[in-house]
Amino acid sequence: MGILSFFQKDKKETLDQGLAKTKESVFGKLARAVVGKSKVDDEVLDRLEEVLITSDVGVETTLRIIERIEQRVARDKYVGTDELNKVLKEEVLSLLTEDNAENPSDYSAELPSSPYVIMVVGVNGVGKTTTIGKLAYQFKKSGKSVYLGAADTFRAAAVEQLVAWGERVGVPVIKQKMGADPASVAFDTLTSAKTNNADVVIIDTAGRLHNKVNLMNELTKIKNVMRKVVPTAPNEVLLVLDGSTGQNAFEQAKQFTKATDVSALAITKLDGTAKGGVVLGISDQFKIPVKYIGLGEGVEDLQVFDRKEFINSLLD
Amino acid sequence: MFENLSERLERSFKILKGQGTITEINVAETLKDVRKALLDADVNYKVAKTFTDDVKAKALGMNVLNAIKPNELMVKIVHDELARLMGGTHEDINLKGSPAVILMSGLQGSGKTTFSGKLANMLKHKRGKNPLLVACDVYRPAAIDQLKVVGEQINVPVYSEPDSKNPIKIAENAIKQAKRNGHDLVIIDTAGRLAIDEQMMAEIAAIKDAVKPQEILFVVDAMTGQDAVNTAKEFNERLNFDGVVLTKLDGDTRGGAALSIRTVVDKPIKFIGTGEKMEAIDLFHPERMADRILGMGDIVSLVERAQEQYDEEEARKISKKIAKNQFDFNDFMSQIQQIKKMGNIKDLASMIPGVGKMMKNVDLDDNSFVGVESIIQSMTPAERANPQLINGSRKNRIAKGCGRSVPEINRLLKQFSDMQKMMRAMQNQSNPLRMMRKKQSRR
Repeated sequence: MGILSFFQKDKKETLDQGLAKTKESVFGKLARAVVGKSKVDDEVLDRLEEVLITSDVGVETTLRIIERIEQRVARDKYVGTDELNKVLKEEVLSLLTEDNAENPSDYSAELPSSPYVIMVVGVNGVGKTTTIGKLAYQFKKSGKSVYLGAADTFRAAAVEQLVAWGERVGVPVIKQKMGADPASVAFDTLTSAKTNNADVVIIDTAGRLHNKVNLMNELTKIKNVMRKVVPTAPNEVLLVLDGSTGQNAFEQAKQFTKATDVSALAITKLDGTAKGGVVLGISDQFKIPVKYIGLGEGVEDLQVFDRKEFINSLLD
Repeated sequence: MFENLSERLERSFKILKGQGTITEINVAETLKDVRKALLDADVNYKVAKTFTDDVKAKALGMNVLNAIKPNELMVKIVHDELARLMGGTHEDINLKGSPAVILMSGLQGSGKTTFSGKLANMLKHKRGKNPLLVACDVYRPAAIDQLKVVGEQINVPVYSEPDSKNPIKIAENAIKQAKRNGHDLVIIDTAGRLAIDEQMMAEIAAIKDAVKPQEILFVVDAMTGQDAVNTAKEFNERLNFDGVVLTKLDGDTRGGAALSIRTVVDKPIKFIGTGEKMEAIDLFHPERMADRILGMGDIVSLVERAQEQYDEEEARKISKKIAKNQFDFNDFMSQIQQIKKMGNIKDLASMIPGVGKMMKNVDLDDNSFVGVESIIQSMTPAERANPQLINGSRKNRIAKGCGRSVPEINRLLKQFSDMQKMMRAMQNQSNPLRMMRKKQSRR
C-alpha cells in the first residue's frame, strides 16, 4: 500500500492496533459474503449494510453509500468483488471533508496568525481536557510556545486536571478559581499569551450537553470576549466527539456548529472497539474536517487524521 | 432530526387500510420502519433484528381493532415489547453487609465519579446511610481531586491515598477505614477503562476479588452507539456486574444502548443520571425509555385518556351552542373540567410528540385554571349565561367574591370574547377539542 507513506511507521502501528477489531469484523464479514462470487449481489450489499451500521455509520449515510455503490454497479455493468473494495473506499472517502489549508492540522506547520487560538468544545466526558494535553505536547514538541486556558470552571477538579497536564507537558496554564466566569479566564489567557508572544493558545471549556441552551450561549460569550484581545480568535473551534457515541453525535455537531462555528473535529477513544463511523455522515453534512484522533491516554496518543489512512484502517 | 416511529408507520400502514388483520405481507414494510427507528436510536444491529422478528411473531394474526388505527396498534405492540424487555421487576440495590460495598465500573468519561457522588448522596438522605467514597482512579490527572470536590459538595468523606498507585490496596485500606469510622456503606470509584485493555480489566477484577462488593454497577453513557454491546459483554464477563447505570439522559439521545445492553447481558438497569447536579439521579423507568427510543411522546396513553374522558354528548351540545353563537361561561367551565379530568396539563402536553421538550422549562401546572375557575364561580348564573351583563359594579362584586383584581377579570372577559369570535369563525369546523382529536387520529 503506497498510502502507508502518509504515516510514519510507529503511527500506523498504533492506528492499526486501535482499529484492529474493526479490521477483523469489516472485511472478514464482507469477504465471507463475497467468497466464490464474481459480482456484487444483494447478499454482499446486505453484508455491507451490516458492517457500516455496526460501525455507527448510521442508517441514512449507510443507505447513501449503498445507493451510490449500486449506481456504480449499474453503470459499470459488471463490478467484481475486487473492485468493490476500491469503489467502497472511494465512496466513503468522498464523504470525509478535506482539511482546510488555512488551518493546517500538522503540528509543525506554520500557523496563519499568532497567537493561534483554539477553543475546544464538546459534551461531557468526551475527552476534551486529555485532547488538549496531548495537543499541547505536540505543538510544544514542534517548537511552538503554548498557553492553556482553564475555562472549564464548572466540573469538579477540571482546573486541576488541566494544570496536571500543563505540568506534564511543561506549558503554562492560566486559571482562576472554580466557578469563575469562563469568559474571563479565556480573556486572561489570551492577554497573557499575547504579552508573552505565545504561538498557540488552547482554551478548555466545560462539557455541556448540546440541548442546554444557556450553556451553549455561554460559548458565544467566550468567543466574543476573546475577540477583544485577539480579533481573529478563535482561529479554530475544535469539537471533540467520543468515538463510541452513536447517532447522537450528529445532533451534537449540529448544535455546536450553530453556537460556535465549529471548524474541526477530533474523535477520541478510537483505541477501543468502537469504530467512530458516525463521523462519516457528520463530516459530509456539516463540511467539517476531522483533524485529530485520540488513541489512548498517553501523551503521544493523538494523531493527525488522515482520511485515506482512516478508511484503509476501517475497511482493510 | 429523526422522524418518530408513529410518523413513519403512518406511511407504511397505508397498505394495511381495509384489511382486518396484520399479515405477513402487510407487516413487512412496517417492520422495516421499526427497525430503522431502532437503528437511528443506536440499538445494536443484531438486537434490532431479533427484536423486529419477535414483534412480527406477536403482531401476525392480530385483529386490527376498529377503535384504534392499525398503526397505533403496531406502535403499541412495539412499545410494550420494548418496555417489557428493558423492564421486569425492579431490583433494588443490595445494601446488606457491614459495610456494604458498591464498586463502580465503566469506560472513560461515562460519568462514574459524578454518579458515585449522586448515589452516595441519595443513599445518605433516603436510606439514612453513612457512606464513604473511595478514590481508586490513580491514573487520570486530578481524578482524586474531582471525587474530593464531589465529596465536599454532598458532605461525604472521601478516602484516598494520593501517593499510592495501587488501587487494590487503596480499596482494601478504605474498607478498614470504613469499619474503624463506622461507615455502613463504601462506594468505590474506579478509573475508566476500555474493555480490551487486558491489564486494566485484570486490575478491576482484582479489586472485586479483594473487597467482595455487594453490588457492582456498570456505568454507561446513554449516547453510546453500536459498541455498547461489546463493552457491556466484556465487563460482564469479567465482573458479572449486578446492575447498569445509564448516564447523561438529560441530553436528547434516544438511548437505544439501554435495550442493547439489557438484551446482551440481561442485567437490570437500576439508575439513570439526568444532569450534573448531585440530585440528578433517578430510578429507571422502562416505559419512558421505550417512548424515548421510539422518539415519541406517549401518544398511546394520551389517546386512551382522551377517549376515556371525553364525553361525546357534551361535545355535541357545545358544538351546537357555538354554531348558534351561544357559547357561554357555563360551557367554558365544563370544557375546563373535561381537560382537567385528563390529568396534569404539563403531563398531557409532554405526551404530545415534539411538545414535551418545548414544555420542559415552561411553568405550567393544574393551577393554571384555578384563577379562571374562581372568577367564573363568583359570577351569578345569569352572568355566566350572558357575559354581556357584566358591568363595572358587577366586576367589583366578582372581584370581591373570588379575591382577584378587576384587571384580572377584565383580562378573562377579553380572552373570552376573543375566544367567542374565534369559535364563530370556525363554526363550520366543529369544536376545538374535536378538531384536536381529529388531528390526533390523522397522525
